[in-house]
Amino acid sequence: MFAIIETPADLVKLRVDLNDRAAGGYVTFEGWVRDHNEGQQVLRLEYEAYPALANREGSRIVAEAMAKFDIINAACVHRTGLLEIGELAVWVGVTAVHRDTAFAACRYIIDEIKVRVPIWKKEYYVSGDSGWVDCEACASKK
Amino acid sequence: MKFKIEYYAQLRDEAGCSAETVESIASCPAELFSELNATHCFSLTQNQLQVAINDSFSSWTSQLNDDDLVVFMPPMAGG
Repeated sequence: MFAIIETPADLVKLRVDLNDRAAGGYVTFEGWVRDHNEGQQVLRLEYEAYPALANREGSRIVAEAMAKFDIINAACVHRTGLLEIGELAVWVGVTAVHRDTAFAACRYIIDEIKVRVPIWKKEYYVSGDSGWVDCEACASKK
Repeated sequence: MKFKIEYYAQLRDEAGCSAETVESIASCPAELFSELNATHCFSLTQNQLQVAINDSFSSWTSQLNDDDLVVFMPPMAGG
């Protein structure tokens, strides 16, 4: 399961949905909004997605993890909209019989999500500036 | 042909709109981007972007068809 969500994730429900009597391990990753990036003090973030393709590519990545690793289940949700410092931006959960594959699959999913799913992040700084993360770095390299 | 273009993130800011419909003789996304870039003067170049046609990743040389939805995507920055 992969979903782009516009409201805070229901972590209890996400955990319950992965509950399985055969699972001996449950690994999660939470990506949070932090208060700084590359030397700038960050006030808040805005995430924007291309929903149709983001959902399709995110689902593909979770399916890949299911096929690649010996796990029971996997799920991921990613927020969009304005997020304050400390809010959860992305969540990955994986269940498996043993922990090793659960850790590996969780790592695989978050790493792939970051580079393949069409989601963008705008940072709003204490200085009053704002900017799209990565995009501006790319522009300066052109 | 007529194409629907959607813009996200930095490209939306620079285009000044989130979507537009354009008449074009472009046969592939590379030609279409070049035309749109002449209008909007994007700060990102083609080799910094990816393109999707009708909600699927596509190549810059794919054949475009009438009424296609084309999306040019800045580098992903999720997570």
